[in-house]
Amino acid sequence: MTVGLTHFLVVSSLLFSMGLYAIITRKNAIMVLMGIELILNSANINFVTFSRFGNFGYSGHLVALIVIVLAAAEAAIALAIVLNIYRNISTVNVDEIDNLRD
Amino acid sequence: MNIYDLIFYLFALVTLLSAFMVVTNKNIVHSAFYLLFTFFGVAGLYVLLAADFIAVVQLIVYVGGILILLLFGVMLTNKITNIEIRTGTINLIPAVIGVGLLAGALLASVINAPWKTNNQEQALPTTKILGTLLLQEYLLFFELLGIVLLIALIGAASMARK
Repeated sequence: MTVGLTHFLVVSSLLFSMGLYAIITRKNAIMVLMGIELILNSANINFVTFSRFGNFGYSGHLVALIVIVLAAAEAAIALAIVLNIYRNISTVNVDEIDNLRD
Repeated sequence: MNIYDLIFYLFALVTLLSAFMVVTNKNIVHSAFYLLFTFFGVAGLYVLLAADFIAVVQLIVYVGGILILLLFGVMLTNKITNIEIRTGTINLIPAVIGVGLLAGALLASVINAPWKTNNQEQALPTTKILGTLLLQEYLLFFELLGIVLLIALIGAASMARK
């Protein structure tokens, strides 16, 4: 069985699942960010795969580029937020940041 | 099994194994370094998909930018001098069940779907094509991305400065 569309989609599905697992289970906010990056990467693999095997021209490549740029912006903003949280309540565990609850 | 398939399996193995290590490793610095191999593996997959420009951008932006940002975040939010770099986990069992079910459903639908693929044409260098598309058909996207990056940089700097 030669490598085709399905193989790449299987890889990206597994990558997506692992990113979701990291987001759900890890306490540290930076680990949650790493899970988000894994999910964005899996989405990018899907876009480029369909651009290669489908009949859409190169639009998939452009969407992948846009996703990469947005991921860079998101990482910068999110790390600034995490640093502020750490400075104010000196923890980055997402389950302990519940000041607004009470 | 030709050489293309072998290289694909190599990169897929690197990507998935290191991603698994990222999500299961207790030490957050080790996770960040395993993420490096995941990004490299994904860049290799892009090369196999004939997306040379995306692969290089992946290497530059993810490995050179985002990973360094994440490492900075780890270093600034953990006291490196104590051994307090380990992170805990929550919701372990529901997460395993839920994510396992989701992964099973995704894999089943991906494998069983009747994908219609067209014949692979010759792989062309994509840089020129992407540049033309960006400056003609997707010009609005291009400009919006520039504005978004500018706003994000200003916002991040002003948030982190105080």
